[in-house]
Amino acid sequence: MCLGVPGRVVEVDGLLAIVDFWGVRRQVRLDVVDEPVVAGDYVLNHVGFAIRRIPAEDVEQTLALYETLLAAPEEDPMAADVHGELAAAGRKRT
Amino acid sequence: MNSAARPLEFRDPARGRALAQTLGRLTREIGRDPVSVMHVCGSHEQAIARFGLRASFPRALDVIMGPGCPVCVTDLPEVDEAVALALQGVRVATYGDIVRVRGTACSLADAQAEGARIEVVYSVTQAVELARRTDDEIVFFATGFETTAVATAAAVLDDPPPNLSVLSAHKFIPPVMEIVAEMPATRVEGFLAAGHAATITGWEVFEPFVARHGIPVVVAGFEPLDVLAGLVRLLELIRDRTPRVVNMYPRCVTRQGNRAAQEQLWRVFRAAGGCWRGIAHVPNGNLRLRDEWAHLDARRRFRIDVARLWSQVPPALAQQCICGDIMAGIASPSACALFGSRCTPEAPVGACMVSSEGTCRIWHEYGGHPDLGATG
Repeated sequence: MCLGVPGRVVEVDGLLAIVDFWGVRRQVRLDVVDEPVVAGDYVLNHVGFAIRRIPAEDVEQTLALYETLLAAPEEDPMAADVHGELAAAGRKRT
Repeated sequence: MNSAARPLEFRDPARGRALAQTLGRLTREIGRDPVSVMHVCGSHEQAIARFGLRASFPRALDVIMGPGCPVCVTDLPEVDEAVALALQGVRVATYGDIVRVRGTACSLADAQAEGARIEVVYSVTQAVELARRTDDEIVFFATGFETTAVATAAAVLDDPPPNLSVLSAHKFIPPVMEIVAEMPATRVEGFLAAGHAATITGWEVFEPFVARHGIPVVVAGFEPLDVLAGLVRLLELIRDRTPRVVNMYPRCVTRQGNRAAQEQLWRVFRAAGGCWRGIAHVPNGNLRLRDEWAHLDARRRFRIDVARLWSQVPPALAQQCICGDIMAGIASPSACALFGSRCTPEAPVGACMVSSEGTCRIWHEYGGHPDLGATG
């Protein structure tokens, strides 16, 4: 329940955003994020809500980290969690 | 993006070893055995256990997992309320982690086996969508810390359908740190604070705690080097007797946190005293809906008949469960007579074995404190 996952905002419609998580697109609510979000921004997602707009200077570092998790072989201990969260996200209609 | 080079910042083994050596030096400089520190986040325990970090900790450094698993601290009567509602015929939507956790008598999964309708959701928005598609009453059984509570708050503020109500078992982390700090048996000398909860509250929320107790708090992230670096900084503060709050997770946590989220959180919820499973009564540790949202509060909409559950005697095994001592940092899972034998992830007795964030579950899957000396 506690895993935060960053993704790239594809489009914004009011308080709803379509966010891309390495090819999986899903709806994320923008109700609680602290700054205005536009397409192209990166956000930290938690249970379907963006809780932070990740500052541009931190984006590369954060995403690179998660990319390595996803690219890691099966035994990478954290990849399973990220995949699990994304699978749960993917089941949701976007 | 150079994704090949970047992970070195978080996982580089050489940096890891250097940090572990620094932990050894700092523990010797402090000169006490053990030096006990506590983290309050299931994700920290997962990082520690999965990457085998305990094997690199100095023997005299005791890193304890405190009450950092939101599922585990959801109290028996709170689960009872959800179970009772489900058995009364109300559809209960909730996060998957909580479904197999027992209340006084049984779990939501047990109720489902008896015909109750339980809906597992990834997000509160799915509960809202479900309510919009049906005329049935839907109760969202809301568990989790402030990070999850803000999502519930946003749903409440977004004009939910009239057949949706909220059964809040949300918990607020900072008050329980006070409780643990005052438990004489734990002797915690420093805290690693959970990074994602602090994304919401900001690190300044811990300053009154430090001022009252003289115990340092370091906000840390969830990669191995995040955890090791957080511990190094924490031990420095303990050694130097300079208790303060230090933020070692600046990529997600700021001093003030997410003000918009805080504003919504406190518009919807008020802090109330209540029990955390196995820990204690925690003043201001529970989040309950404000009177303004009474019409959405499942506790007010329904007469919840929990008493009928209490006629069922709790299983004898559950009485031997020491989850409370484990979450208070007084005992480790290996001290429990049930651990790994009569209590396993397949047939859990206590909440700590049910949730993927529970100490017992994590230790069962990844091992707890490996003794490398014993293997030569």
